[in-house]
This record gives sequence, structure tokens and C-alpha cells, in this order.
Amino acid sequence: MVIYGVYIVSKSGGLIYNYDHNIPRVETEKTFGFPLDIKLQYENKKVVVVFGQRDGINVGHVLLSVNGCPVSGRTTEDGRDVFDVIEAKENYPLSLKFGRPRATTNEKIVLASMFYPLFALASQLSPVPKCSGIESLVADTFKLSCFQTLTGVKFIVVTDTNMQGSEVVLKRIYELYSDYALKNPFYSLEMPIRCELFDTSLHTLLELVEKSGTANL
Amino acid sequence: MTIHNMYIFDRYGTLLYYGEWNRTKQSGMSLEEEGKLMYGMLFSIKSFVTKISPLDPKDGFMHYKTSKYTLHCLETPSGLKFVLNTDNQAQGVRDLLKKIYAEIYVKYAIRNPLCGIGEQINSELFKTKLDAFIKQTPNYAVRAS
Repeated sequence: MVIYGVYIVSKSGGLIYNYDHNIPRVETEKTFGFPLDIKLQYENKKVVVVFGQRDGINVGHVLLSVNGCPVSGRTTEDGRDVFDVIEAKENYPLSLKFGRPRATTNEKIVLASMFYPLFALASQLSPVPKCSGIESLVADTFKLSCFQTLTGVKFIVVTDTNMQGSEVVLKRIYELYSDYALKNPFYSLEMPIRCELFDTSLHTLLELVEKSGTANL
Repeated sequence: MTIHNMYIFDRYGTLLYYGEWNRTKQSGMSLEEEGKLMYGMLFSIKSFVTKISPLDPKDGFMHYKTSKYTLHCLETPSGLKFVLNTDNQAQGVRDLLKKIYAEIYVKYAIRNPLCGIGEQINSELFKTKLDAFIKQTPNYAVRAS
């Protein structure tokens, strides 16, 4: 059982807590000859592979470094434009490192506010009456489980697809939230949770679940 | 075990077909509007899934579950979306959707020269074949109420 991340969304849809537990790092470095056999494009301030999936480099991966020199945006660390470098024949052979982009905090906030309408639509488009919103969402690479409290706070965990008993884990996180975040006199509602005690007990909980499952929670 | 309803969308979001079997709650809007809302939701789910996925997704979104129903979605490489709502106990719905695509949609919509591409499917034959197919699946049972 692998837990990839925990998110807490307030009742107004804002992300108030997020924690990446262990997201696998997907990175490949490869030496290329001229001309480059994959198509790169600059989008969303990243250099992204748009065509030519091979050797573990997939469409959607971003360029991380050129000849070991890290890339930020479309320029390398020494100030050269990435596209100038890869289009010039004299720079080859060229070693490029690609990897799956990791969501930044801003992107996570966007994702959290994106989940909010999905949750609401799922109950609106329901073919049966009195239906809740999304409780779990399964894709081929992960499973997302969501628990909404009576007060409207949503607890979300992203796990691998064969995770069992994520409801129990979510209830336990709710308990931790009410014990360590809500009882903290310095915590104001709807604001991001920055409580050390909450952090540490959440980490212990996640490690326990990964090691011995949800049977003895 | 119940099959509630089914939507077929093309890659531009046109509602090609809507079928209904055991639906107890109407959404209170026109079918056209409901189709748009449903497609919009699936579109957002798709982009949500690709962004939040820890590894590279292949098939992407498969299904979501609420307290009362499960929505299954199959997207073909050409962008067609087959969406089926069932109850939470239904098994093997993905294979069922693949069969609907290969055996009903391709046979009675694509191979019918009178069914235009990107238009609503009005063929009676398609409707009866799909109805018959859904009714003979083990997941289908008329609610005893």
C-alpha cells in the first residue's frame, strides 16, 4: 500500500493542507544525436515533450537539465535559451534529462478548487435521489478517496489503486485534524494548517498505514 | 444491481446518444444542457487526473463512486466517450463498455451510412440493439418497486 499524498480542502474550496508522502520520481537522462527525434514545445513556462515517446521519456514530461545544467523555464542555468541549444548541430551529442513534472503549491491550490465543482456536479448529475458527491475516484495509476465532514471540510488521500480501507484512514485524519488543528488556539478556521503536532502525528499515521495496513487503526 | 443510464459523446462534446433504464431522479434541466454539464465534468476530471497522477497515466480516468451510484467512463483513442451509470455493486463494467463500443456502436452506428459522423444517433436499430444488449447483461435488473 502506497500513499502518495494527503489534501484537506476547506468548505469554501480552498486548499488548507497538503502533504506529499512519497511520490516516485520519474526521471530519465539520455544522450541524443542530431537531429532530435522528439518534439519539444514551450508551454506553461516549461519545456514539454509533445510527441515522440521513447525509452521512458513520455509525452507530458518536462526538460529538467541540458548536459547536467538545470533548466528553469526555457533557459538553462547559464542563461542560454533551450531551443537555441537543441537546434544548433554543433552542440551534439547532447545529454538531456526529462522527468514528470511535480505539481507546485500553486497548482495544488488550483487542483483543490477544481475538485470542488466535480464533487458538486457528481451529486447534481446523479440518476438516483439523495446522492453524495464523489467518494472515490479511480484512474489507472491512482485512487483518490474523499471524505466530507458534516461541516463541509473535505479530506482527500491519493493512494495506489489497490488500497483498501481508505475510509478508516480518512476518519483518523479527521480525528487528528479536530484534535491538533482545531484545538490549537493559534489556528483560525479556513486558514492553512500550520501546526507541528498535526504534521508529526499525520506522518506517523501514514507510516503506520503503509507498514501494517488499516486493520489495527 | 442496476444500470441507470448511458451517455455517448464524440470528441467535440456532442451528445451522440442518451439511453435511460432505471433513473429515479431527473436533473431538472433539458437533455441538451445535461449533456453539456456531463461532458464538462468529464473534461475537467480528465485534466484533473493527468495533473494529480503520481505516475504517467495510460487509460486515465476509469470510474468514480458516490454513495448511491458509480459512473464508469471509457474513452476511445478517437475521443469517443462512453459513460455508464450503475449502482455501486456492478462488476466488469469496463468490458461491458468496450463491448458496447465494438459490437453496438461500430456495428449499428458507424456501419450505418445514414448515421452522420458527429450527429445524434437517431437509428431505431441502434436503440433496440443497445436496449437488448443492456437488458441481457447480468448487471441489469429492474428495480422491484
